[in-house]
Amino acid sequence: MKRARLALVFAFTIAASLAHAVQPDEMLADPALEARARALSAELRCMVCQNQSIDDSDAPLARDIRLLIRDRIAKGESNEAVRSFLVSRYGDFILLKPPFKLETLLLWAGAPLALLFGALALWRAARSKETATPALSEAEEARLAAIAEEGGEHVIARERSDEAIQTKL
Amino acid sequence: MIVEIGHYALTLALALALVQAIVPLWGTLRGDEGLASVGQSCALGQFAAIALAFGALAQAHLASDFSVLNVAENSHSAAPAIYKFSGVWGNHEGSMLLWVLILAFFGALVAGLGRGLPLILRANVLAVQGFISAAFLAFILLTSNPFARLSPAPFEGRDLNPVLQDLGLAIHPPLLYLGYVGFSIVFSFAAAALIEGRIDAAWARFVRPFALVAWCFLTLGIAMGSYWAYYTLGWGGFWFWDPVENASLMPWLAGTAFVHSVAVMEKRDALKVWTIFLAILAFSFSLLGTFLVRSGVLTSVHAFASDPSRGVFILAILALFIGGALALFAWRAPMLKRGGLFAPISREGALVLNNLLLTTTCAGVLIGTLYPLALEQLTGEKITVGAPFFNMTCGVLLLILCLVVPFGQSLAWKRGDLLGVAQRLSLAAAVGLCLAVALFAMLRGGPVLAPIAAGLAVYIILGSLSEIAARVWRRGAPIGVLLSRALGLPLSAWGSALAHIGVGVTLLGLAATAFGAETIASMHVGEAQSVGPYQVVLSSIAARPGPNYSEVVATADIRWGGAVVTTVEPAKRFFAARQMSTTQAGIATLWFGQLYISIGDQTGNGIIAARLYWKPLVTFIWLGACLMALGGALSLADRRLRIGAPAPARTASPPVAAAR
Repeated sequence: MKRARLALVFAFTIAASLAHAVQPDEMLADPALEARARALSAELRCMVCQNQSIDDSDAPLARDIRLLIRDRIAKGESNEAVRSFLVSRYGDFILLKPPFKLETLLLWAGAPLALLFGALALWRAARSKETATPALSEAEEARLAAIAEEGGEHVIARERSDEAIQTKL
Repeated sequence: MIVEIGHYALTLALALALVQAIVPLWGTLRGDEGLASVGQSCALGQFAAIALAFGALAQAHLASDFSVLNVAENSHSAAPAIYKFSGVWGNHEGSMLLWVLILAFFGALVAGLGRGLPLILRANVLAVQGFISAAFLAFILLTSNPFARLSPAPFEGRDLNPVLQDLGLAIHPPLLYLGYVGFSIVFSFAAAALIEGRIDAAWARFVRPFALVAWCFLTLGIAMGSYWAYYTLGWGGFWFWDPVENASLMPWLAGTAFVHSVAVMEKRDALKVWTIFLAILAFSFSLLGTFLVRSGVLTSVHAFASDPSRGVFILAILALFIGGALALFAWRAPMLKRGGLFAPISREGALVLNNLLLTTTCAGVLIGTLYPLALEQLTGEKITVGAPFFNMTCGVLLLILCLVVPFGQSLAWKRGDLLGVAQRLSLAAAVGLCLAVALFAMLRGGPVLAPIAAGLAVYIILGSLSEIAARVWRRGAPIGVLLSRALGLPLSAWGSALAHIGVGVTLLGLAATAFGAETIASMHVGEAQSVGPYQVVLSSIAARPGPNYSEVVATADIRWGGAVVTTVEPAKRFFAARQMSTTQAGIATLWFGQLYISIGDQTGNGIIAARLYWKPLVTFIWLGACLMALGGALSLADRRLRIGAPAPARTASPPVAAAR
């Protein structure tokens, strides 16, 4: 009992002082299993940092999860089982790659949709440029109406004087 | 006293900004030339006032005047002078002050250099700039006063966040802000064009230098931030798709699109409405970035303090400017005259494709960054959008973009010859493809993207070079003629080739990360570990005092074969004032690769946990960014782009002109 308590104290002091991304003492002896653990930790988010994976994080919590992953992998669990265990415990928040589901539909479809709409808009713009002669704008319409009403010279003279004021400015 | 003068100067700047915002606009509406030109003196005066305020705060930091709250919270009397100075912007209030200083600097630049600008355009540009300035000055004065006093004054400051005590802080924020805020000028030009309802190739010629300057600085700023993260965080990561990084990437993507589309507008008078839209977009993303970083919505090293009232204030500024500009756009853009036509297969067409891909990528980054925030607000569900997502969406889009880069550079304006260009690029494409296949065979079962990226990188580099070669090379011409033809090429041609080569170089660096090696071990003094082609021998572990920290330094020899190549000293620093420690990686640059060593804690007498990395060609990532910025600077130096420069004489580049 006393020995167990001593071991616990020791473990805590080590964990506290060793708060640093993957440490030599964490690693599994079997390189294949260790590689699996590394790959898996790279997909998981450190819950207390910004967008860092637990593989890179210095936080003690990340270390705990790294150890947990190695423990489960050493016991022969598949990557999928470990991942789903962690998701059941921490939620989707722990996955750096958000899962496909209804709530993330717009997230995943966002960029492809943007590309699609952009391409469509371009295609339409290119087509309209080729075929349609541009319609008169509102201003041109108004100018045309003015010319029809009061005669061309009046309108042009007025525009000239307007322009002169503008250029003076 | 100096601090109060600074505070007063800042208030004065706000008054000047308000005058600058309103009077010139009133002048152009009334047709009063005198009122319309008030903006220039206001902009110059405002810059002087903000510079004075900034100087006052800097003086307080350098003199360790702990009666100023900002200094007491973010400085330490024992800190080296460089960190005392860079500490001025190593906190929320000071960094906002730097923000407005640079904003006013660009305003003064327009006022001082823009003598060739039409009066109405200049008046409107300065008015919009005045509005932005006034909003942010009000923000600083009302919610984040850097000059607040503290009574009684403490004997010692709380010290700067240790992570920020680095040369990076002296370089990264100013560069980044020069980029971020530089796009404000582009934005003001766009708003001015919309207000006036007129836009033409001359407008593009005035805007392009400002856009290029902002773009170059933003490129360098992002690269510097990335390198800083790389050597500070202790494991060699350089890009995390962190929301704050995304906040700087979005204006860069929009700005890159703008730099390309404004070239089309200047040359061919086309894409006007779209270019205006991009101008609004680029600065809107800068504002969004400022909001994300400064509001405390996100927690990161960049968010120094979170105070909800600040967030609401910046959000209001954001809504006002983005909403206002977009409303103005919706109202006035349909009135803008449409310009030159072009066939889909042309340089214009390629640049439109470039714009499509860049803005789509930008949209992807935006969605990925804001989606978790929005989802949490709407449903309370927390998700993480991390690197794997962005690599799969935005990364792939950017790789597709890389495929068309050399085409855009080689196609002719108006109507291009796709087949001819494809023939010209076939060599580059073949070399790239061979490399990709070879690497793929080598990696077998490894990452798929790395060989593709490496192949694309080589293709872009060779493609850009072949474009230059095709313009210079004439069969049978002697070397001297070829040389003078090369020198006769417009600088902007060299600039764009160099910038594109930079893209390739960065991509090559990114691809090479897949070929790195890593060793994690507990090392005792005298032990050797091999990593990649090198051996690392730990020769000693020692404690060493620093000015405001103490550190444990490991000395490690790097060997190749039997010979010592170089020695590095990775360290772990402990800062007593904040009870925090940082890792100082030991980095040896060997050719273009780096050997990267970071140490953990001592696990026993003379035993230390160490992480050793061999990162081949890793420096290419940032060297490429430097090349991009250099390319931008070369384009900027092109005499055709200088503000107010007369049209170049026809004889400026005789060899090329004669050959064409």
